[in-house]
Amino acid sequence: MSEEFKIEIVNPEKSFLVKDDVSEVVVPAYEGEMGILKDHISIISFLKPGIIKILSKSGDESYYIEDGIVEFKNNNLSILTSSIFNIADMDKSKQQDLLKQAEEESGKEEISDQSRYLIDQKIEVLKTLN
Amino acid sequence: MASLDDLKKRIASVKSTQKITKAMKMVAAAKLRKAQESAEKGRPYSEKMNNVILNLSSGISDKENAPKLLSGTGNDKVHLCVVMTSDRGLCGGFNSNIIKKAKSYFSKILSEGKELKIITVGSKGNDQLKRMYGDKIIENISFKESKNANYFDADKVGKIVIDKFENSEFDICTIFYNQFKNVITQIPQAQQIIPLNSEDSEDNTSEESYEFEPDEDEILSNLLPKNISTQIFKAMLENSASEQGSRMSAMDNATRNAGEMVDKLTIQYNRSRQAAITKELIEIISGAESL
Repeated sequence: MSEEFKIEIVNPEKSFLVKDDVSEVVVPAYEGEMGILKDHISIISFLKPGIIKILSKSGDESYYIEDGIVEFKNNNLSILTSSIFNIADMDKSKQQDLLKQAEEESGKEEISDQSRYLIDQKIEVLKTLN
Repeated sequence: MASLDDLKKRIASVKSTQKITKAMKMVAAAKLRKAQESAEKGRPYSEKMNNVILNLSSGISDKENAPKLLSGTGNDKVHLCVVMTSDRGLCGGFNSNIIKKAKSYFSKILSEGKELKIITVGSKGNDQLKRMYGDKIIENISFKESKNANYFDADKVGKIVIDKFENSEFDICTIFYNQFKNVITQIPQAQQIIPLNSEDSEDNTSEESYEFEPDEDEILSNLLPKNISTQIFKAMLENSASEQGSRMSAMDNATRNAGEMVDKLTIQYNRSRQAAITKELIEIISGAESL
């Protein structure tokens, strides 16, 4: 069955995750959640804070990310991100830390509308995790 | 001629210096492996980022309204140079090579009558540049507390650069760092990051057209600031590998030189010891003969 494609998640320090038996990936694209299946059209988009869901034969995984770029081409999905956490490994205190950080940032006055939108997203997602 | 006691002391002191340089070489070798590894691991990210930007910029329709980070301000009056050096010394020509490269660039810019601003990353660069270009240095950043190059630090530098660009404090930004080739060779590099110089990157854009969500302009304006940080991070990784490599070969040389010195001093020590013994013998014999 060839309904699978390859995913690669890269962060600045290393290649975070490589999998080639993925059947579906849901990413939090900037204009709404986006599900990617095999033979999707080539696309570039960027991500807002949210959860990446990866459905694959070897088990499903979810990751929390804060930003990133997603590129899909020839059944290769690459996600570039500078902050990514595996939800299974995330404990409550880490979540609380991130939430506190985000709330502090949103308390500042001089930030632009766009970054305020992103921060609000972040807070929302983190709250649902808890 | 130095007395036997003096020679003995000198041999001991050279030997202990040798021990230090040997230990430093070992440490540098261990750190080098780690730094090299992370430089290699960091490569896919910056390559992918570059690819995406190339794909995007080739697809951009309206060159006039392209983001300033890509197309530049249209001027080239004020140059910002980010000089990246290490925080520690004793690493051979590592820092002075970057400084040399940077200085020749500085004098070129100044002779063309353009304005120069400098940001130094790493305290060694600041030390060497502040004598000649002290009034040009607008910022000095140092990451002494961080053990390894990490993205967080690079992002900080990137944000400073972007802030200054948005306040139109400069037109062109160049970063200086050492590219790691191998343990013996590190090549000082000057890389222009604003506006983005796409000529030196290979042409591997695909014919295939992408779908963009949202449109190209918006993605680009979001991506380009990230790319600045990524480029700086790449430079930091290359730099830290180069620093360790350079230190390793410098310390290797120092250890070998110390060994040679010990050999020479030991021969001198033995010679003068024998000379003293011979002299004593002659004295005894001639004393016995005169009786």
